[in-house]
Amino acid sequence: MTYTPSAIAITIFIFFVVFVVGLSKFMSKKASSAEGYFAAGGQIHWGVNGIAFAGDYLSAASFLGICGMIAFQGYDGFLYSIGYLAGWVVALFVVAEPMKRLGKYTFTDALDSKFNSKGIQFMAAVSTLIVSMCYLIPQMVGAGVLVEPLLGFPHWVGVTMVGVIVIFIVATAGMASTTYVQFLKGGLLIVFSTVLVICLLKAGLKTTPSKDYHKPEVITAAIADGKVAMPAKSKSKLKVMAQYKQGKQTFVKLVNEKGINSWWHLIDRNGKPELEEAESVTTQTAGPALYNGEPKEAGKFYPVGYMSKIMLDGKEVQETGSLSPFKFLTTIENSVIVRYAKIPEAISDGGDKVKIWYPNPTPGSKIMRPGLKFKVEDGDWLSKVNFISLMLSLFFGTAALPHILIRYYTVPSQKDARKSTIVAIVAIGFFYILTLFMGLGAMTYGVLDLQSSNMSAPLLAKYFGVTLFSIISAIAFATVLGTVSGLIVAASGAVAHDLMDNFFNIQLTDRAKVKAGKITAVVVGLIAIFLGIAFKGMNVSFLVGWAFAVAASANLPAILMLLFWKKTTAKGIAASIFVGMVSSVGIILISPSMWARYGLNPADAPSPLDNPGIISIPLSFIVLVVVSLFTQKPGKAPEAEANVEVEATA
Amino acid sequence: MDHGPAVKLAKDNASGIKSKLGVVLFIVYLLIYSGFVAINTVSPKTMGATVFAGLNLAVVYGFGLIILAIVMGLIYNAICTSLENKLNKPENEVAK
Repeated sequence: MTYTPSAIAITIFIFFVVFVVGLSKFMSKKASSAEGYFAAGGQIHWGVNGIAFAGDYLSAASFLGICGMIAFQGYDGFLYSIGYLAGWVVALFVVAEPMKRLGKYTFTDALDSKFNSKGIQFMAAVSTLIVSMCYLIPQMVGAGVLVEPLLGFPHWVGVTMVGVIVIFIVATAGMASTTYVQFLKGGLLIVFSTVLVICLLKAGLKTTPSKDYHKPEVITAAIADGKVAMPAKSKSKLKVMAQYKQGKQTFVKLVNEKGINSWWHLIDRNGKPELEEAESVTTQTAGPALYNGEPKEAGKFYPVGYMSKIMLDGKEVQETGSLSPFKFLTTIENSVIVRYAKIPEAISDGGDKVKIWYPNPTPGSKIMRPGLKFKVEDGDWLSKVNFISLMLSLFFGTAALPHILIRYYTVPSQKDARKSTIVAIVAIGFFYILTLFMGLGAMTYGVLDLQSSNMSAPLLAKYFGVTLFSIISAIAFATVLGTVSGLIVAASGAVAHDLMDNFFNIQLTDRAKVKAGKITAVVVGLIAIFLGIAFKGMNVSFLVGWAFAVAASANLPAILMLLFWKKTTAKGIAASIFVGMVSSVGIILISPSMWARYGLNPADAPSPLDNPGIISIPLSFIVLVVVSLFTQKPGKAPEAEANVEVEATA
Repeated sequence: MDHGPAVKLAKDNASGIKSKLGVVLFIVYLLIYSGFVAINTVSPKTMGATVFAGLNLAVVYGFGLIILAIVMGLIYNAICTSLENKLNKPENEVAK
């Protein structure tokens, strides 16, 4: 798709950036001490902190990634919403109050509160850095995705812009400005997502999304000796140039009288062969890529996704009018939606490589239950294991994300930590329910960009007007800023507080610690820019799934066992973090998805698992138990939580 | 060692019982979540069955998990607040 930046979008974007930069400058005085820089002084109101939690957590993965995944793969995308939200239950019931009670600036403080162990300090700091990096990549990819339609800049410019702005936010006022950027962004995201869903429900569903929507053409074909041809009596000026078979599907290349090529999908309708217009991107050996046979600027690579049949209360209709939320969902379930399927491998046509997406009418009943992405219905046992692994990681990952845990140090008391978590659950839960509507809306409104699932929600907003699109895009951009700021603060704390101050025992003054945090922010920001450019094109929610897996494997076993198993030792915790970290990152690096990223055949990947949680989380628990049992000090009282509880404070 | 809370906290006599309550609620939610994952894995077609107001099990169970988290959180907070008020003397409350 081609995007034209609008003046409104640019104005809103500039306003937001100026506001955020001004806010950071204003807050900078509050961040002159370590407590101010890393924990916003510990005096943030629980209500503000709760929405800031939402702003921190509802990242590009939640807004862009999940909506995109639902738009392309239906209910399976919503499973991410459910897993992400469910993870907050662990945070509330198990982690929130102890984290506040035991820690100072970082979650390493809490883990190390009773041990003063160099091993824990080092491992937890490294784990924080790795999880933050895994989480940073998709945020930066999301930034690049947004800036192209918003401002007309290429991907790398968007990534660099976000990097520079976030470095400024964090390097000037640390957690103080980060908190209010997250609060603002969290609030705006929820409000305007609600507005978008209200617009959607008011407009209802239609078989023709808009009067200028390009529905795929269908022409009659003939088949002789397995070769596709135009019928003898056809008036069409299209000529068959080539045909290719991929799996069970046949694709035909036609040329028109102007010499423009197009690709068509051979279908069988009531026993008669027909050709249905597909979407294609041709990478030529010489010359620019062609979109449906023409340069990108020609605008012939159409947005897709529409309803071919709408069933409302048992009757087939062309449009529904306004719908209640439940009616919207049931209508989609009873109708047929034309999604687009991508061929597994590009076709080699001469020297050119052709990617094809073809119309794939799908019953709503299949869209509204699991199975389109996760092959739990017709896949093998490995597909099911991959699915369980992902759901496990999402559930246990939230309460182990360092940039989330550090928000517990910004409130005055345990009670505030608990209340702010509940505010976060309400806000985040409400938003995740909205994602199902936004994703399904994008799927049926003829707005999808086949090359960027991440743009689905903003493009749905564009359907309702440039103003809403501009606001939503600017908020999505703010979403990236808020989350990335939190991640960089977490990384700063890991380096300046955990490593320099505690592990290396470098005697830093308060000011020097803040300075070290700021320098780390700049370095981490630069690395994030590089990674955001390198990972262009991957679905951001998919990438965040990995961050959750690493956090759940490296950090959560240590947190839970510290709190609930009296025999936990410092060496057990350090070993558990190390094994959880190495095993999860290792499995990811040899996963099918990474193999594809390396340009290799995913089927040859050494690990069949895309998500490591099902192996690395239990492994981390086992290592902690075994090492702890082997490193008990004879005659000494249990080291861990029994003591913690006695000294509990609120 | 540079750990411990950044702000001074008062003693919380309700901490132990709150912790136990949290674990119980966590286990309850975990079981319900596990049921959701199990049905999705073992019998995904069951998720397509209509169960409430024309909605299928996938939507009802999914929304249900989100709403249940909110409801359980509110109940947990109400009980914890009540316990804190009952077990902590006024002079032991937050000393800032």
